[in-house]
Amino acid sequence: MSGEPMKLAAGTKLASAVCNAQGIIIRPPSEQGVITCGGEPVTAPGAGAGATQLTDAAEAPALIGKRYVDEATGLEVLCTKGGKGAFAFEGRPLTLKEAKPLPASD
Amino acid sequence: MQVHLLLEMAAEAAPDRVIIGSRDGGMTMGGLLDASRRAAAWMASRPGKTVTYVGLNGPSFAVAIFGASMAGRPFTPLNYRLPDASLRKLLERSAPTTTICDAELMARLSGIEGVELISAEAFAQAYTAEGEPPVLDDADEDVAIILFTSGTTSEPKAAILRHGNLTSYVLSTIEFLGADEGDAALVSVPPYHIAGISAVLTSVYSGRRMVQLPGFTPEAWAGSVAAEAVTHAMVVPTMLGRVLDVLDKTGQGLPGLRALSYGGGRMPVAVVERAMDLLPHVDFVNAYGLTETSSTISILDPQSHRDARTHADPAVRRRLSSVGRPLPSLELEIRDEAGHQVGAGVVGEVWVRGEQISGEYASGKAVRDDGWFATKDAGWLDEEGFLFVEGRLDDVIVRGGENISPSEVEDVLRRHTGVLDVAVLGLPDDEWGERIVAAVVCDPPIPTEDLRALVLANLRSSRVPEQFFFYPSLPYNDTGKLLRRDLKSQILGDPETTATTQKLALNAG
Repeated sequence: MSGEPMKLAAGTKLASAVCNAQGIIIRPPSEQGVITCGGEPVTAPGAGAGATQLTDAAEAPALIGKRYVDEATGLEVLCTKGGKGAFAFEGRPLTLKEAKPLPASD
Repeated sequence: MQVHLLLEMAAEAAPDRVIIGSRDGGMTMGGLLDASRRAAAWMASRPGKTVTYVGLNGPSFAVAIFGASMAGRPFTPLNYRLPDASLRKLLERSAPTTTICDAELMARLSGIEGVELISAEAFAQAYTAEGEPPVLDDADEDVAIILFTSGTTSEPKAAILRHGNLTSYVLSTIEFLGADEGDAALVSVPPYHIAGISAVLTSVYSGRRMVQLPGFTPEAWAGSVAAEAVTHAMVVPTMLGRVLDVLDKTGQGLPGLRALSYGGGRMPVAVVERAMDLLPHVDFVNAYGLTETSSTISILDPQSHRDARTHADPAVRRRLSSVGRPLPSLELEIRDEAGHQVGAGVVGEVWVRGEQISGEYASGKAVRDDGWFATKDAGWLDEEGFLFVEGRLDDVIVRGGENISPSEVEDVLRRHTGVLDVAVLGLPDDEWGERIVAAVVCDPPIPTEDLRALVLANLRSSRVPEQFFFYPSLPYNDTGKLLRRDLKSQILGDPETTATTQKLALNAG
């Protein structure tokens, strides 16, 4: 694990270090901190990530197309690739953001 | 977040789902991703800073949108129906650019400095060849799409939509792969219309197969709905009336169609009512939005349509002519000329704020520092937050200091069964500033006294048009927008128009 913490900005892409999960930051947190997935800090995609060390799926594993939020800081992560781990920020598990789909309009 | 990530996600989760074309043999999500990656590799090797597209709807249009996103090139679809001189002018403004265009257009568009033409066939070849897209930095702020506004009143403006605007619209309104496997959307709006762009993005993210209609005729539209097992469609106002005429004639009921949305201009209530009666099994959605707002900002949903159609309370029934409620992901206010928010029932300008709002042109930003964008549309909210859009602010008639919205008079005139189409506008008047006139398409002929009496029975006397002009049809552009400026010229040139008005109009410039 590299010592330098990731800079968390809108558009930053994330990859779990211990499962296949990937994500992108939709809304940055109000304060910097560490995002983890499966208990380990996330890395930039391609930076040795994608390992599947995690053998047991988390209770609520990261699902592709779902948005996860940290109420305290406003952090919002879109899961772009599913995995066994779950996203957390500063030790707090991110919660699923319930989206109310609208009727198709285009 | 860039728009091609929407496709990458969908292709990751549902690679074999058909996304464009017929259920058998259409292009799959994985196929679209591969084609887009190859297109990006090709685009990155081409001259110019942008990619322009002059052509019909087809698989290449979707490939070009995502390919340009991967290549980091802003993408500009242009209106292929424009006269050569206008089209060449827009290409000049887009230069330096690589232009994908239909083969038969190439000769007419050649010889423009900084414009590299490539035929649609050669482009299709290029994205079937092998190639790796360039690796780019991610940037929400990069320009994804540049669309020229229709320019019915002045030179077309180049509206800029950034990746962040478009993806936030998709993420906040669409459930990822939320469409059923059997769903299919018929896309009949042209590529250079914002709804043509958003149709591609939302269909891909929701996993809904697109059936593209290259050129609209009501017969071809109804035929495609039946032949391609279409469940969803979006139409602009002029299309719906013509489709209904065809359905009336053929007795075809479109049993497979589940949802029909309409937008892109004001839809006469009578047409909506007729559509609901003719297609009772269909969910209707009225969507209001602008190019500058990355498509839809307000929706009248199916339940509100049904409530409004049958309700005893006229205030609820009236909502059939509303555009429903603003999207929960944005803020919308009605403000007066001084910029102050007004209460329910008061007409003002529609202002909007949210991540999907670009409010930006090549010439500069039109959003304020606090993020609010003035749409230049006149409208009002009812007690329950339903938005009624009355048309462009510029079209509001100011008669003797009183603001009169053409649509309220038009709505009343349309209630006459003989009135097929109508437009109300203001002409210069030396006593009142402006006076109200109406252009009417009717069959059979209607005495003007009847029309006058109809307005007088429903509205204040100041709303009654002073003069009626009867024409065989009114001028529209190809996406169903009434060309009020052309109509005004036509009326001013009409021998029935008084000499005084003509002189005043000339003086007004």
